[in-house]
Amino acid sequence: MLNFVLLILIYTGIYALMAIGQNLITGYVGLLSLTQAGFFAIGSYATAILTTKMGWGFWSTVPVAALLSGMFGFLIGLPTLRLKGDYLAIATLGFGEIVRNVLNNWDSLTNGPMGIQRIPMATIFGQRISPYAKWSFLILVWAFVLVAYLVYERLTSSRLGRALEAIREDEIAASSMGINTTKYKVWAFALGAAIAGVAGSLQAVFVLSVTPAVFTFMVSIMVLCMVVLGGMGNFKAVILGAFIIQFISYLPQLTGLTNIIPPQFKHVLFGLILVVMMIWRPQGILGRKERTAPRGLKR
Amino acid sequence: MIKEPIVGSVAEFFQHLMNGLTLGGIYALIALGYTMVYGILKFINFAHGDILMIGSYIGLFIFNAIRGQALGIWTMIAFFVAMLGGMAFSAALGMVIERVAYKPLRNATRLAPLLSAIGVSFILSNMAAWMWGTKSRKLEYPFDNTPIRFKGISITPHQILILIVVVVMMIVLKLFVDKSRIGKAMRATSLDLDTAKLMGIKADKIIAVTFAIGSALAATAGFLLALEIKVYPTMGTMTGLKAFVAAVVGGIGNISGAMLGGILLGLLETFGVAILGIPYGLKDTIAFVALILILLIKPEGLLGKAEKEKV
Repeated sequence: MLNFVLLILIYTGIYALMAIGQNLITGYVGLLSLTQAGFFAIGSYATAILTTKMGWGFWSTVPVAALLSGMFGFLIGLPTLRLKGDYLAIATLGFGEIVRNVLNNWDSLTNGPMGIQRIPMATIFGQRISPYAKWSFLILVWAFVLVAYLVYERLTSSRLGRALEAIREDEIAASSMGINTTKYKVWAFALGAAIAGVAGSLQAVFVLSVTPAVFTFMVSIMVLCMVVLGGMGNFKAVILGAFIIQFISYLPQLTGLTNIIPPQFKHVLFGLILVVMMIWRPQGILGRKERTAPRGLKR
Repeated sequence: MIKEPIVGSVAEFFQHLMNGLTLGGIYALIALGYTMVYGILKFINFAHGDILMIGSYIGLFIFNAIRGQALGIWTMIAFFVAMLGGMAFSAALGMVIERVAYKPLRNATRLAPLLSAIGVSFILSNMAAWMWGTKSRKLEYPFDNTPIRFKGISITPHQILILIVVVVMMIVLKLFVDKSRIGKAMRATSLDLDTAKLMGIKADKIIAVTFAIGSALAATAGFLLALEIKVYPTMGTMTGLKAFVAAVVGGIGNISGAMLGGILLGLLETFGVAILGIPYGLKDTIAFVALILILLIKPEGLLGKAEKEKV
């Protein structure tokens, strides 16, 4: 049982990373991106391929995973973000499917639907971090979450964060204040994608194998639910959201009711969470983080 | 010696043309729902594809229940009765969804109805999987589907049926929107919601009607699709997405544009695989490349009008 809870907490951490990225895109800029799963997949495969085929170590693949995901984010963002936000939802939805399509079909690189097995474990100071020793892996994952939280939290307290919120509130007003809206939107999108790539790297060294079947639309929806449930525009809140959603999704196993609760139950519940939260509590459980005025502007 | 044309032969060309037209016709019917809702409420109804799936299931259940054994004129009538049943159910479902999940969010942020719609879509497809299982079901054909051969082109009776239904639906819709009083009100609402309200148009009623019509068209498309592929809980996702791309290509908010976009996309997919040699596994990618291209080149779509954002 303890092992199972630890497993859930590890997944919570991996998903929390993706939720942090989603929060930057959806919570801060107010754009609907539906493809964290796609970037997650790119990060996972980057680590899987580089470690198994090129003999790289886990740590050197992490920045590659982040850069590659971020670059793809940049490439989808550039054409779509010049326009109204709605198109991003569709383009990203399509992108997620395309990624899975390509992973399934590019046999020479990705080994098709079979996926890549025997990914070497991550090591730190020559010490292996085995996914079977759950505690050490848990610490690794949450160290990543902590760093990501601090980085993204600081980032959004800066000029970038203020620009993004201005864009969300009123794009025309923001651009008339001299904010290059497309540039900032694309940056936010790429940064949100990059962290999902890092989550993918961790996933690869946790499961030690990658298959395209893991990276479904379901993953993107779960991440979106975490952000909506916790509170858009609040990094602490989305980590809380990650906890709740992960526990809901493992509820049948935790309570031992797998025979009674059908597998679709949690998915229906995720859908309900989105609708109900939008109608009754659009700000999420914790609500948006209040921005304190920078020094000198305080009244 | 005569130079070999790009297409293997003229017959093959017409063959692909027929296949493309049937597929495109189905996309067009779905795209109409997206475009009409977008025209009025300016939001993408993500649940549209799932409404299609529900309509397809309902039609299939009705048809399998009433068709009887032998093929004949009755199975043909039963087919249309089932189609109407699916349409009616989907229309009601569309109105309920609008009332429950979208209407309370009419004055919320842009993001709210989009998120709500994704939630609805997820609820519908998973409820269907829960109630009816994830196994795909096959529609018992209403008549013999032996292809008719004509000068090297083979056309299946199903394709003919699909084309006829699609054309009839489009004409009826076009007449309804252009000539009827409600159609006029719909056009007015889509042009300017607030002014339409001032002119005494009951906007809420018009929005409900729009959802009903869009959903009924989606159900029709879903039922026609059941002739060609199987019926399963996630059948609406990819089809719906592509139909949305079709709506964007044609110019979102524009009814003729949705028809044109759907047919173009159907042709593009068929010819893309057959002539350009795009691997079949990447067939679904074509639509998204088309989306990115149209957004880069002509973001308002082929028949759409460029809109300046107002302050």
